[in-house]
Parts: sequence; structure tokens; C-alpha cells
Amino acid sequence: MLIKTGRDGYIHPTSSEITPQAVYRQRREMLRLLATGAAGAALASWAGREALAQSVQRPGKLAALAGQKSSVAGAVTMEKVTEYKDASSYNNYYEFGTDKGDPAHNAHTLKTTPWTVEVDGLVKKPGKYALDDLLKLGAQEERIYRLRCVEGWSMVIPWVGYSLAQLLEKVEPQPGAKFVEFHTLADPKTMPFVGSRVLDWPYVEGLRMDEALHPLTLLAFGMYGEVLPNQNGAPVRLVVPWKYGFKSAKSLVRVRFTDKEPKTAWNKAAANEYGFYSNVNPNVDHPRWSQATERRIGEDGLFAKKRKTLMFNGYEAQVGQLYAGMDLKKNY
Amino acid sequence: MAAPAARGRRALLLHPAAKPVLFIAALLPFAWLFYAALTDQLGANPQEYLIRSLGDWTLRFLCLTLAVTPLRTIANQPALLRFRRMLGLFTYFYACLHLLGYAWFDMGLEFDEIARDIAKRPFILVGFAGWLLLTPLAATSFNRAIRALGAARWQLLHRLVYAIAGLAILHFFWMRAGKNNFTEVAVYAAILGVLLGWRAWRRLRPAPRAAAVRPAAGR
Repeated sequence: MLIKTGRDGYIHPTSSEITPQAVYRQRREMLRLLATGAAGAALASWAGREALAQSVQRPGKLAALAGQKSSVAGAVTMEKVTEYKDASSYNNYYEFGTDKGDPAHNAHTLKTTPWTVEVDGLVKKPGKYALDDLLKLGAQEERIYRLRCVEGWSMVIPWVGYSLAQLLEKVEPQPGAKFVEFHTLADPKTMPFVGSRVLDWPYVEGLRMDEALHPLTLLAFGMYGEVLPNQNGAPVRLVVPWKYGFKSAKSLVRVRFTDKEPKTAWNKAAANEYGFYSNVNPNVDHPRWSQATERRIGEDGLFAKKRKTLMFNGYEAQVGQLYAGMDLKKNY
Repeated sequence: MAAPAARGRRALLLHPAAKPVLFIAALLPFAWLFYAALTDQLGANPQEYLIRSLGDWTLRFLCLTLAVTPLRTIANQPALLRFRRMLGLFTYFYACLHLLGYAWFDMGLEFDEIARDIAKRPFILVGFAGWLLLTPLAATSFNRAIRALGAARWQLLHRLVYAIAGLAILHFFWMRAGKNNFTEVAVYAAILGVLLGWRAWRRLRPAPRAAAVRPAAGR
């Protein structure tokens, strides 16, 4: 028997990770009904379990953008959702400043209407897509994802959007397209730090085609039942929950299909620290700190220990096969 | 200490309340952080905020400590020397809190983990070395230690502060290196550069003019 003590550090489940008793009981009940062939009648109440999981409070600050609960595997974590106040005030969005509080202070200058996203490169249907058309392209879903920043903190955020795959199906990448590049807005007039030398603007991120097509990869338009706040990447951003936060590019203006691995912003800035893949991996340290643990924002008390970081941020069951046979120490 | 016919600024510096006032002022950052932590005013990541603020204050007090001698000479205010020891000890106070914050908030007080982290990461090692070198300076800051060591040896030991300043800047620089965000690092480096550069420049000046200031007291 494996005996775990405090010396193991960080690995004790928190109450928020434990399945609520009602849900647990319902699962049992479901199995019993399945066994007796009465499952059909019970399906309606089984679907109602999501209502038990958690209800996300709308902060009432921005325009509403509701999404139906997602049925994608792994898309709705049961963990306690981070407070909107923290998720919208503690941001890395360097176009608006390098301090965590800067984006919330400075991003009001960002103009999100009108907004178009250009699709180009190795794609059959290139063109400029207006935000309104993108909003209607798929049914909006609520996805409650863990977000793990490369800096060692994490949040749980209820995003609203749909799988990026739906956009990809619509624009039809050519067979030669192996990667997707995401370009984010770099407007020196509204973004005060685009003139700085912190990064090579515009911010560029990228995914391999199979990563982009994975159902968990989200094109997000909102969070907490409302449209995205500017500091969180309004009006449309990417969310890739099994990768470090910086892979999820904000305020997208261009999606480009290519046959070459994209030169991403952080990889260009410090290749020894930020690789192309940047999958959340507790076994591969950042050169300046361990990635084995993380601080869940707003949840732990001041002196609480950090929690253990999960492989692929806990989405290993869903995405592990994308990296089968790859050396993730080399392809960090 | 021979009090000159004190007037104006000099009178303020020699006022009996000057030291207690400075002591309270130097405690204010700590008091504010303590109060803000209790009342949840440190933002979304209070642990990170505390560690970084304590590091900032360590660096600020280091700059203040090293500014005493140049200011004293340039402004011709010998009375400033009265405050140097207290400023130096507050540098150590904030350095200890900064280290404690790292050990507690970041490392969960797991001492084997901390030892491994120090050995593995140059940026932590350099910061830890700075704190380590600061410790004998703080430990020999009382009058009897000065007498026991002898003024010359005591002064030689306390010149370690120049190396500590270099380590502190390197620690800060490395911490920011991944994000190429060096503005603040450059500001502190410039301040420390001026403070140390002034000393080097004075030392290299032709002897006759150097004799005008009392070399035994100068640093």
C-alpha cells in the first residue's frame, strides 16, 4: 500500500476535487438502472447532474454571452471556479504592460468593434471573417477549463466558445497545411507596450494541425457567461487547456495555415525557456523554477502549500495520444 | 560625537528624534504589507506580491545604505553617518523576510527542496549568496564587535557590501531575464552603479585632494 504523508508534499486532494456525494450517488443509480434496462427513463435526470456540478455566476459587467454545457470529454471540470475579480485583474497581456495589473488598467483603449479575423495561407477558403459571422459559426458552449500559467499559478475559468475545429472545417485547410499560426493584434495606437522590446510584436503562437483540431482546443468569445473583458483577450481568443497559458493567444486578427513550424513569440524571445509545444509537464522544469507544483489563484490560504501540477494539466486522457512516442523533454 | 554649531538641516539630522523617526519610517513598508495581507489587499496572488515587494524593499534599503557616504560627503552632512547602521540592518531585515517568503510560500518550508533549488538554479543561488554574505555584516554591526575586530578589519569585512550589491542586481536581472523586462533592473543598476562608481572615482582621484576628506571614515 502506498502511504502518503505530508513529506510527499502537495498531493492531498482538496475538497473541491472530490466528487459531490449527490453526483457520486447518481452514478451508482445510473449503473443500477443500466443493469435493469431502465436507463432510458433515467437519462433526463442523469443529464441534470451538470446543474449540480456548479453554476457559474454572471458578474454582470459586460454583455451576456451564454453557452450550453459542453459535451466534449474533459471540457467541464468540477473544480471550484476562480473568482471573476481575480481572473479579470491578474493577467499577462504584455501589449498592455508587463505587470499583472497593467492589462486591466490599460486595455480599455482596445477597440473590439468592428473586428475581423483574416484566414490565409494553405487554406481553401481564405478571407476576412467578421466577428459576427464567427460568433454564429458554431453553437456557443460553456467549457470550464483549468488554466496553468508557465509562471506557476493556475485558475479555473468558465469559457464560452466552440471548438476551433469548427472554424477549421469551415475554411478547409489544404492537405499541405501542417501547422496553424495565430497572430494577435499589435496596434501601437491602442496598445501602449507594443513599442517596448519585451517581445517581437505581433504576438504569434502556433499549433500542430492535430492539436488545433482537437475538440478541447477552444475558440473563445466569452467567459463567466459574458463576452471577454479586453484584458482577457477580447473579442476572440484561443484556449488550449493542456498547454501553458501563453499558448492561448489573445485578440486574434489572423489565422494562417502553413507547412512549417511557426516561429512563436516566446520561443523567439527565449528558446531555452519556452519551446514550441509548451505542454503542461510537471517533469520538465523551467530553467528558473520547478513546474512540479502550482499556486491556485484565490483558493489556497496564504500559508497553504502549492498543489501538484498534473501532466498535460490533467487532460492526459484526452490529449496524451497526440504525443505518443515523442520525447517531451526535448520537445518541451 | 562632537556636535557642531548645528543649524538647519544639520539640526534636524542631529535631533534626538531623528533615529526613532527613521526607525518607524523604515518599518512602514513591513507594516503596510502585514496589514494588507490581513485585509486581503495584495491582489490575486498575495504570496507572489509579498515575496516580490520584500525583494524590492531589500534593494531599496541597500541603495539607501550605500547612499549615505556619498551624500554625507557631497552635501557636507557628516551627521548622516548616524543612520547608516540602521539602514544596513533594515536591508538585512527585509532580505530575511524576502528569503522567508520564498522558503515558506514558494517552497512550503521543505528544506531539502530548498537546498536542491538553491543548488540547481543560479538565480536562486545568487540571491541566497547575497543574503549569506549580508549575515556577518549584520552580526558585526554593534559597537563591541567593531572594537573586537579592530576598525580596519571591520571595515574590510563590511566592504563585502559592494559584492552584495552586485549579487542583488544579478539576482534581479536573472529573475527578469526570461521576459526581457529590464526597466526596473536598469534603474536599480544605475543607482547602485552611481553609488559604487562615485567611490571608485574618489579613490582614483589624485592624492592631495583625496587627503581633504578623512580617509578613515570614508567608504
